[in-house]
Amino acid sequence: MTNELLSDVHKQIMWNRLISVVEEQAVTLIRTAFSTSVRESGDLSAGVFNRAGLMIAQAVTGTPGHVNAMAEAVGHFINDLGRDNIYEGDVFITNDPWKGTGHLHDFTVVSPSFRNGDLIGFFACTAHVVDVGGRGFGPDANEVYEEGIFVPIMKFAKRGEVNMDLVQILRNNVREAHQVVGDVYSLAACNEIGHRRLMDMMDEFQMSDLEDLADFIFKRSYDATVDAIAALPKGQYDNIMRVDGYGEPIDIAVTLDVQDDHITCDFAGTSAPSPKGINCPLIYSTAYACYALKCSVAPEIPNNHYSILPFKVKAPEDCILNVKRPAPVSVRHVLGHLVPDAVLGAVHKMLPGHVPAEGSGALWNLHVSVRPLRGNLAPADGGQRAEVLLFNSGGAGARPTLDGLSATAFPSGVHSMSIEATEHVGPVIFWRKELRDGSGGAGKFRGGLGQVVEIAPTDGHEIYFNAMFDRVAHPPRGREGGENGAPGVVRLDDGTMLATKGRQHVPSGRRLVLELPGGGGYGPVDERDPEAQARDIAFEYVAKN
Amino acid sequence: MTTDGKQVRVGVDIGGTFTDIAMEIGGDLHSTKVLTDYAFPENAIVKGVEQVCATAGVPLSAIDLIIHGTTLATNALIERRGARTALITTKGFRDVIEMRTESRFEQYDLNIVLPAPLVSRDDRFVLDERIGPDGAILKPLDDAEVDALCDRIIAAGFESVAIGLIHSYLNDTHERRVRDALLKKAPDLSVSISAEVSPQMREFQRFNTVCANAFVKPLMASYLNRLVGRMKDAGTDCPVFMIHSGGGIISVESAIEFPVRLLESGPAGGAIFAANVAAAYGIDSAVSYDMGGTTAKICLIEGQVPKTSKTFEVARTWRFKKGSGMPISIPVIEMVEIGAGGGSIASVDNMRQIRVGPHSAGSEPGPACYGRGGDKPTVTDADLVLGRLDPDGFAGGTMQLDTDASNGAMQRELADKLGIDNATAAYGIGEMVDENMSNAARMHAVENGKELGEFTMIAFGGAAPLHAARLCEKLSIDALLIPPGAGVGSAIGFLRAPFGFESVRSAYSRLSHFDATAINAVIRDLSDEATGFARRGTSDGELDLECTAYMRYVGQGWEVPVPIEVRSYQQADEASFRALFNDCYERFFGRVIDGLDVEIVSWSLRATSQVTPPTPVARTARTNAAQVSGQRRMFDAAQGRFNDAAIVERSSMKPGDWVAGPAVITERETSTIVTASRDAILQADGCLLIATKANA
Repeated sequence: MTNELLSDVHKQIMWNRLISVVEEQAVTLIRTAFSTSVRESGDLSAGVFNRAGLMIAQAVTGTPGHVNAMAEAVGHFINDLGRDNIYEGDVFITNDPWKGTGHLHDFTVVSPSFRNGDLIGFFACTAHVVDVGGRGFGPDANEVYEEGIFVPIMKFAKRGEVNMDLVQILRNNVREAHQVVGDVYSLAACNEIGHRRLMDMMDEFQMSDLEDLADFIFKRSYDATVDAIAALPKGQYDNIMRVDGYGEPIDIAVTLDVQDDHITCDFAGTSAPSPKGINCPLIYSTAYACYALKCSVAPEIPNNHYSILPFKVKAPEDCILNVKRPAPVSVRHVLGHLVPDAVLGAVHKMLPGHVPAEGSGALWNLHVSVRPLRGNLAPADGGQRAEVLLFNSGGAGARPTLDGLSATAFPSGVHSMSIEATEHVGPVIFWRKELRDGSGGAGKFRGGLGQVVEIAPTDGHEIYFNAMFDRVAHPPRGREGGENGAPGVVRLDDGTMLATKGRQHVPSGRRLVLELPGGGGYGPVDERDPEAQARDIAFEYVAKN
Repeated sequence: MTTDGKQVRVGVDIGGTFTDIAMEIGGDLHSTKVLTDYAFPENAIVKGVEQVCATAGVPLSAIDLIIHGTTLATNALIERRGARTALITTKGFRDVIEMRTESRFEQYDLNIVLPAPLVSRDDRFVLDERIGPDGAILKPLDDAEVDALCDRIIAAGFESVAIGLIHSYLNDTHERRVRDALLKKAPDLSVSISAEVSPQMREFQRFNTVCANAFVKPLMASYLNRLVGRMKDAGTDCPVFMIHSGGGIISVESAIEFPVRLLESGPAGGAIFAANVAAAYGIDSAVSYDMGGTTAKICLIEGQVPKTSKTFEVARTWRFKKGSGMPISIPVIEMVEIGAGGGSIASVDNMRQIRVGPHSAGSEPGPACYGRGGDKPTVTDADLVLGRLDPDGFAGGTMQLDTDASNGAMQRELADKLGIDNATAAYGIGEMVDENMSNAARMHAVENGKELGEFTMIAFGGAAPLHAARLCEKLSIDALLIPPGAGVGSAIGFLRAPFGFESVRSAYSRLSHFDATAINAVIRDLSDEATGFARRGTSDGELDLECTAYMRYVGQGWEVPVPIEVRSYQQADEASFRALFNDCYERFFGRVIDGLDVEIVSWSLRATSQVTPPTPVARTARTNAAQVSGQRRMFDAAQGRFNDAAIVERSSMKPGDWVAGPAVITERETSTIVTASRDAILQADGCLLIATKANA
């Protein structure tokens, strides 16, 4: 046993511990957050960086959309603020969609970590806050200026002293001021927890800085990722996938160029930006492209600067996956969530029989504003105003050897909320939330079923909601002879068809009906196992003939 | 009779491999382990009880009380061995238990498989009814529809029926009417309703809990009735009581009605065992650590009471990962369980990192050193190579361990692949598994707003004493206690449990609309229910009532448990509720947030009989050097080198005897490792205290 060998094992242990440190950082945030999407769906991220600002470890949370965004964030802070302007006790902040995670709702907070007076690294975390002012969470803005308050990279605290001017400005520009400001403080507190744990760890392992450990982690991650890429068949693989968009259809075009030590994913050929807020800054498109590639090629390698470095993503200027300021970006998740299926289509050409068929992809997030009726229709007690948020997932694509998952989020990692709990938030009643029979694409392996949701305002109330639904005109496609999943439907219970994007009205007495898309099937349906077929009929997964 | 009028009490714990029996006569303890009988578990119990009675020299008729805990209900859920069960639910919500949380528990796995629902879709039926979020009836139940559905279910021959309707925790009239209609037609049918089994908000958890109850109910009823009969036939003349998930004792009748409450009762016994040790030593903050062949379990014990929760997850299907099992909403002693045990298998991943678990070699084929065909290196193999285990002294010398086999497996699977030597590989395995366990413990503490540094660890279970001291080093814990009898800790724990029951209820209110009358009504209902169950076991003596309100700021998703005095409240008490909440919130998260309304989401109330507190034990200081029976080379992970370690036989130690680390203290079932940074002192009650050299 030599010291060198021991030190290798030692570093493996420290790598594990460092991941545990950022997981603790993330858990702290989930426990204290006000934002529904943070605590219910894990729409947050947390990471630790070395002195240069390269990400060493990141917590695994509910959203792949933050992975690359987080990795790049600290570099932006160092550039904009200047290296010699970083002091112990400082806390930095921004919600810049192009330097953070793609829309104003996500605040990123970075705290430098000092040990014995020396800067050794940074902690960063990001969370989706309840409100940022503007039009509220929805696709209808024409420019980012309409989408809410924009906080450029700046100091939230200078040497431990909070910038109360910023707090006052925030307080006066968002709807749920206490909650939003509370969440910003929580972000800073969770970095502090990370820092404290790191100091304990450095004491225990007698470390003076993070650089040796970072080099070890970077080399191991990079080598393992490149090994996985080297095993792939070299070449170019392309795919094009058409989705609904806002008003007119959008093509997501992908070309993968697989080389010895990296893969480039190029979105050339993708449609132009939308006039509405479904656009993605490149950093967000990159995260989801990277997620799809990592799932297919190197799923078990932890995220850090070097494990994602071999996955390079580019998109032409002026394309919907690479919009520039001041394009509106509020609901960039819709297209972002569809990116993995487009990328997987190209991966399928490289590695047939390895990845699933297309699925519902984008979450059908439902954000409703409930308002009491006015005049003589108003409820006797005046009624209640409320904002109610609910996540719903359609069917996922069938896999090469397994049926698709029904009503399950992919690529997002969100959890749905309890209907009973949601009905306590505001005056709405859910009359139905169950699987949508017959919506999974037929095939040797069946696509996952979508679901049907019916929601109505209680007596004396009406609903406005921001539609941000896709896969209605362009259902998920099957693979290798599998059939398409059922397209989505947005309507009222009296049969009135509604638009799939934008703010709309559900009058008192009516129900909003959402029929979520099913996933595509995989392989020809006549090869389906008769037992599975019989079960589909017994369980009414398929419509009865 | 040799009992001299002393009470004879027996604790029985059925585990996966062994059935443990602990008999206590006055202060004397007799125990045994017999192999679990899967087909007829009661046979192993009778056999074991006869064994301890023979050892103690008392007839079975002298037993005053039997307290029983079992994993049978848990196993039935894991193996899906239960009754053919139907679920009746609200129209529009047929798939709640199948849609789960609409999420994947593993983010990067494209081929993930979610657990199948307990009741498949063709066995789930709906009724066109609806209760609103205020408990009002939005759509009344139609008797004709109920009647037709009952006929259909009875005709289909279901053995058990679960009823779970939306918002039934606020208004149970519809669930009761459906149950009455079923029982009128089929009086012997097993029926469970969610408003009784788990009156908590959140439909997925509640429906799944009532399904689980219905699923195991016929099986558990049959077993418990057989057990009571067999014990009588064998000559006992005493009541049998059951330990429940929350760590209290309930009657067999209550257990038959709510068998889901028996889930995880074995591990609950372990936590009570540790809590009892904490009470004897007057330790307010303790963490119990149990490590067996496959998993390790960790529980926080504060104020000498194991931490409880209102919900947990059983039957995890993937690497013990959160979300891969099924949620059960009942009061439970909260534990983290991870796939780390003596049998956990080590491997190398594609980042050239050593990984340990969660796959386990179990007891068959077992670690490579067992020589039963296992060819993968395990934690036990690493412990052997590092000198922590004695190849000649394992299981009291009844089993020879094969060090060459361990070395061979280590070489093939790790050392050759990584270009390291065997000792380094073994060190890597040991460190990785200890790191996994300490990270899980630290994370659990963080989730509860605690720092483990000030805690005392109490360790038991076959493999725990080998790893506990290193865990303490990693967690900066100064003091570690390893009680005697740790091999049958759960069964002993059963004997320390109070008669008691915890009732829970979701009842939503905001402090800005404080309603003292409604709050008094909730507290009264909970108190009546919990007292009723507790009284089925003990008719005399005072009951302790502890009430908890689960509160949060409006808009948050996670509640802080706030202890509330059981009394009648006035309107003016709004301020005291707010003050209590602020105190608790600040303790958890460091600061209070101004300007926000506070809401109460749910309540729990525990009624427990007063248990005789354990005899206080003063910490024994070191007096004499323990008798050292030998020396061997043992690796110290913190120092990163082999040392000469003293070997001491635990049975030779007297209170006050001490040994300096590095040392190993051996006993029949296990060995306790004293790392180089610590010393061990035997305490007056037989516990080993292992503390940092500065504090020992």
